[in-house]
Amino acid sequence: MARALINVPATAKKGEVIEIKTMIAHVMETGYRIGVTGKPIPRDIIDRFVCTYNGEEIFSAELFPAISANPFISFFTVATESGTLSFAWTDQHGQTQVQTAQIVVE
Amino acid sequence: MTDGGDGSLPRHAATAAAGLGLVVVLLAGAWTAVLAVEIPLNQRKSGSEFISPDTRAMQDDDTENPGMLSVLDGEALWKEKAGVTQKSCADCHGEAAVSMKAVAARYPAFMPALGRPVDLEQRINLSRVADQKSAALPFESKDLLALTAYIARQSRGMPIAVEENAQSKPFIEAGREIFERRQGQLDLSCAQCHDDNWGKRLAGGLVPQAHPTGYPIYRLEWQELGSLQRRLRGCMSAVRATPYEYGAPELVNLEFYLMWRARGMTMETPAVRP
Repeated sequence: MARALINVPATAKKGEVIEIKTMIAHVMETGYRIGVTGKPIPRDIIDRFVCTYNGEEIFSAELFPAISANPFISFFTVATESGTLSFAWTDQHGQTQVQTAQIVVE
Repeated sequence: MTDGGDGSLPRHAATAAAGLGLVVVLLAGAWTAVLAVEIPLNQRKSGSEFISPDTRAMQDDDTENPGMLSVLDGEALWKEKAGVTQKSCADCHGEAAVSMKAVAARYPAFMPALGRPVDLEQRINLSRVADQKSAALPFESKDLLALTAYIARQSRGMPIAVEENAQSKPFIEAGREIFERRQGQLDLSCAQCHDDNWGKRLAGGLVPQAHPTGYPIYRLEWQELGSLQRRLRGCMSAVRATPYEYGAPELVNLEFYLMWRARGMTMETPAVRP
C-alpha cells in the first residue's frame, strides 16, 4: 500500500468552503523513458482519483502520463454535514487504494 | 607587411603574440584567484531563498511537501526490526524526536574508530551492520533515503553545527580544496559558480550559494528524494568531470566542507528544490 497524505480540516462550520489536499506516493512512470538496460521502462500510472463525501461523489479526476510523480491534488468543497470523506486512487492495472478522513460540521 | 611573403608572422612578432597569450592566461588565472573568496557569513542564503514562491510554499507545508512521504516511510523503518539481532532503531535509540534531535546538523562527523569522517547515510549503515547485524542499505536506495530524511527531519529549524577540531580540520580542508579546484572539460570549480557568481542566472535558474541545508532534498527535476552526494555528482557531470563514486572519501570531504561552510544556517530537511 502506497503512502498517502490527506489534509482535511477536522472541524468546519456548516456551509463553509473547505480546502482538501491529497498526495500519494507513486512513480507515475510515463512509459516514454529508457532504463539503464536500454529497454523502455513500462508505463505505470494512477489514472483515476475519486473523492466521496458520505458516499456522494464530490470530486473526481483523470490522470495522464504528464502528471508528476507523487501526484498532489487539491480541491474545494462545501462542508454540509459531519461524516467521512473517502479518497480512492486507481492505477492502470485496476488496483484501488482507499483512504478516509473524518470531518465534524457544526 | 613585414613578413617574408608566406603569410606567416615574423619570428619576433610570433614570440610577442605567444607572450601576450601567456599574459592573458596568467591574468585569467589571477582573476579566478582574486575572485574566489568565501561568502561573508552574514551574506549567506539558503537555497530556499533562490526558489519560486510556489516551490517554497510546497516545502513549508508538510501536507504538500512530497519529501514528507519519505519521512513517513523512514518513521516506519525506524520501528522495523531488522538483521540477525532483530532489533529496530527504536529499540536502542527510542523516540527519534528526542534521541535524533539536532543529530543530522552535526554530520558529516569524524569517527575516531575509522580515522575518517562519515556522512549521515554512512553512519546509519554503520549502525545497521554493527548493531543490527544487517546488510548495509545501498546508496540512494529508497529505504536509506527515507531513514536519512526521517532522522534529518528531527533537526529541522536547528543550526548546522559540524564539529571543527584538530582531527576533522584536515578533511574539511580537503573538501575545500575540491570545491576550489577547476575540474571537468568545462574547467570550472564549484567556487566559480557558487562563491563568485551566485544570484546570477544559469539558463532558466538562479545559481544558489550551494549550502546543503535541506538534504535529503525532494528535487522536482528528479521527481523523488535524493542525497547530497547525488546532487554533487550531478554538478560534476554538468561540468563534464567524472563524478566520484557514491561513498568516496572525496565526496564525504566535500560534504563536510559544505556543511562547515553552512555552519549556523538553519536545517530545512526535507527541502524542496526545482
